[in-house]
This record gives sequence, C-alpha cells and structure tokens, in this order.
Amino acid sequence: MTGTMPVSRAWIAVWRRNYLVWRKLAAESVLGDIVDPLFYLAGFGIGLGALLPEVQGVRYVAYLAGGTLCYSTMMAASFEALYSGFTRMHVQRTWESILNAPVSLEDVVLAEWIWAASKSFLSGMAVLLVAVALGLARSWTMAFVVPVAFLIGLCFSGLGLLVTSAAKSYDFFIYWFTLAITPMMLLGGVFYPVTGMPGWVQLLAQVLPLTHGVALARPLLLGRWPDAPLAHVAVLLGYALAAMALALRIFRRRLAS
Amino acid sequence: MTILAARAVRKSYGGREVVAGLDLALARGECFGLLGPNGAGKTTTLRMLLGLVPPGGGDIALLGHPVPREAREARRRVGVVPQADNLDPEFTVRENLLVYGRYFGLAPALLARRIPELLEFAALEARADSRIEELSGGMKRRLVLARALVNDPDLLFLDEPTTGLDPQARHLLWERLRLLLHQGKTILLTTHFMDEAERLCDRLMIIDQGRPIAEGSPRELIARHIEPEVVEVYGEGAGAWLAANGPACCARSELHGETAFCYVHDPGPAMQSLRGAARVRFVHRPANLEDVFLKLTGREMRE
Repeated sequence: MTGTMPVSRAWIAVWRRNYLVWRKLAAESVLGDIVDPLFYLAGFGIGLGALLPEVQGVRYVAYLAGGTLCYSTMMAASFEALYSGFTRMHVQRTWESILNAPVSLEDVVLAEWIWAASKSFLSGMAVLLVAVALGLARSWTMAFVVPVAFLIGLCFSGLGLLVTSAAKSYDFFIYWFTLAITPMMLLGGVFYPVTGMPGWVQLLAQVLPLTHGVALARPLLLGRWPDAPLAHVAVLLGYALAAMALALRIFRRRLAS
Repeated sequence: MTILAARAVRKSYGGREVVAGLDLALARGECFGLLGPNGAGKTTTLRMLLGLVPPGGGDIALLGHPVPREAREARRRVGVVPQADNLDPEFTVRENLLVYGRYFGLAPALLARRIPELLEFAALEARADSRIEELSGGMKRRLVLARALVNDPDLLFLDEPTTGLDPQARHLLWERLRLLLHQGKTILLTTHFMDEAERLCDRLMIIDQGRPIAEGSPRELIARHIEPEVVEVYGEGAGAWLAANGPACCARSELHGETAFCYVHDPGPAMQSLRGAARVRFVHRPANLEDVFLKLTGREMRE
C-alpha cells in the first residue's frame, strides 16, 4: 500500500521543481562553476607553483586540482542545503505548499538532499572539465572521480540539511561555516598535505569528511589508485546517512508543530 | 455520503490542549464552516484532518482513508488553500500550476489541457506569464485557489481564504467558490468573517478553546442563540440611554465603549424611545451570525 510508504516517486517532482528554478539561471550558474576554479587553479598554480615546484611528486597546480574539486563540491552543496534549503523550508514556505499535495516530508527531504548533491556534483564536474582542459588530469582513473564527486555532494548536502533543520534564521549558518567548513578547508588537504603536521592535527583531519573526499579524488585525478578507497567511501557515506537520519527526525518535529 | 469524518479528535502542545475533542462529518457537496476566534484551534484542526500533524487522540477518515496513516492517498483528492499565500515566487503563474500539478503525479498532457481552464477560472489568462510579485492580493488568492484545483479535488480545505482582500476581490472569490459548490465540490472553510460564513456555508460549527460550542445552519444558529432583531445605539448618550431604557425596551443588552447593543423580539419600544433621545445615532437591523458569534465567544480581544 503506497499510503503507508514514507517515500514515493513524488520526490522526483520536488527535485524537478528545484531543477526548473536552476534552469532559469543555468547559463550564469555554469559559467560561475567553470570560471571560478579556472581562476583559482591559474592563480594559485602560477603564484604558489613558482614557490613550490613539486608537491608529492607532481606540479603544485596538478596537486591543487583534486583539492579544488572537493572544495568546490563541498561549498556548492553547503550553500544549497543551507541558504536555499532554509529559504524553501522556512522563508518562502515552499515545503508547506508541497506537503498539502500527496507528498510526504520524507519525499521533500529526500528531494532536497539529492538536489543539493546534484547541483554540487555539477560544480565538481566543472572543476574536472577545467583540470582536463589544463592538462592536469590525463589518466582513465579520473572516471572514478565522477561518482566520488556525487558522494562528496551527498555527504555535505546531508550535513547541510542537518544544520538547516535546526536553524532559526540565516545567521545560524555562520557557525557551520566558521566551525566546520573553514577548518575542513584548512585541514582537509585541499591546499597542502597534512602529513607534515603535528600528530593531533592529523588525527583531527581524519575525523573531517572532506579529508576522505580529497584522499579519493586527488590520486584518481593524478592517475593513481587511492589507499584504502572503501574506508574513505564508508566515512563519506556514514556522515551522509547519519546526518540525514538525524535531520529527518528534527524536520519531522519541526514541521508537525 | 460522508466525505470527511472525525471523531473525538484532540491535540495538545506542551500540556496545553489546543483541540479538545471535536466531531465532524461532512456530506458530499456541502459547505461546512469552522468558525472561531484567533487561537481557537481551527488551523490545527485542518492540519490534523490533512494528516500533516498527528492527532493526540481520536479517529479521522478523509475520503475513506484513515488519517494520518493513509493521508497521502487521501490528499490525492483534496485541494488546500492555506491561510498564507505560499505561491512559488521563483515561477510564473503558469509554472506555479504546472509544478504543483506534478506533485500529484499528473501527466504532462493532462496538465497542458487543465492549466488553461484553471487560468480562465481564476481570471488570470492575461497574467499567465507574469511573475508572482507582479500580482495583486486578489490575483494571488485566485491563483492559490486555482492551484488547489489542479488535481480536480472532491474536497477543498479553505483556511481563511479572503483575509486581507478588498471587497471587490472578496466578492469575486466568493462567486468562484459558489461555482465550485454548484459543480458538486465539498468545501471545508475556516473564517472569522461571519458574513463569509453566512453567505457560503450550509452548516457551521463555532469552536472556542478547541471545543465546539454551537453547530447548525446559519439560520438555526441565529434562531437558537439570539433574539431576531438588534438595535445598535452609538454616541456619547448611548450609555445613558441604555441605563434608562434598556430594562424596559431590550430583551437583552450589552454596552461596549460608546455602543449599546439592544437585542429585541419587538423593536417598537426601543425605536420609539430613541427618536427623542439626545446625542445618539442608531441603527435597526436583523440579528446576524456575528451577533451569535460574539454572544458565544465573548467580546474580549483574542491575541
């Protein structure tokens, strides 16, 4: 009986709603997705590349490409799940109108999760495109970066929705960006390896999900096979599922009051 | 046939009972009005009936489906006009209908046929490609109503549908709602506009503090709870007039500020004495639903 199932195909209609909004500004959005990492890689690659000719056996700009891909995906997922998600849930009351249709809260939350992951996936793919165009990624192993980017998207969309579920206003998101996103950017291995840092920093880095995304994407982009790939996948997936399970509980309580 | 049945429905928030045992039964094709002051539990009741809030107790059957267990199935045949406009500001008028239709899983071909009909019904054909922010309050309300009809529902939930509209916009919306009743749709309406309830509803329930306090047709409620006619007296002299003549002229009376309400079976004596009274204006009218409402729920502010 479909009536008792929490998730139905209706989630696709909700995903398509967000897609239709995105499509209206798709040209600008894709342009930003491509130009932003292009400048990033060119600027840091040329600037820092002059000081650091090689990192872990590759040119600095090639080293940076994998980190940038993960970082861009994380940021896109976070902005969508936090600011846009909160707007749809709270400010515009879009969820409220959807829930009056034969759509469950589980459908809506699933759609938001997959949507934010999809949008961030596109950002990740734009970086991949730039990396290929700049000749930074040449090996067939980069094909695996495609599912990895989507997984990173799912992870940070899930965490982002968890933050949104507890948010009273947009101001609340500063905590997430300051206390989670910034440390991840600095300790997740985006710009430099953490292997040379003190032991406790390395331990902390291992707890951060971005570290595991970078540990997968960077070697794959450089034509190497990551160490312990399944462990990294498990961490990203674990964060994603745990965050979503908790977010859904909070959303249920929030929307039933 | 019963299209919506609720029995002993209750709901508490943090120990406070918001809905304290409500029974409802709506027959197909009728307009049922749920009236009550702010905070009486109207919106919470609607949300429970739709399966959006789990009830604290009682049974609900919406179009034959137990709620909340099969609420999603039941909502396939229900349209909702919420209290606050929650149209999608990212979309045009037409896109709002299209996207909403998809939530019901309606086929693209069906939507392509239905959307022009809905635009015509809402008198928004010329605004099909306008953005929501360009619409007036009345247009937005009509679009919300059109959106609620996208699935051709059997039952409509209207939560204060005309709040904030000017008289022209209200009359146009009422006309559309009557059209829907003629088509055989069932309407469950909440409002605190008594004229709206009197015009549209076959049956009413007045609730206060989550409890039903009166039920019946508008005429029955007036006949049962209140004298048939009212003489309202305004002005500085109203209090003095009431003190001097009230006991003799009025079956029942109330004084609020500088207005005296004199409820009567026969207005003759009151009218006679008022013709000679100083510093008063007065009006004689039949008793209406608002008089019943105020008698039953009191005149103090609810905030």
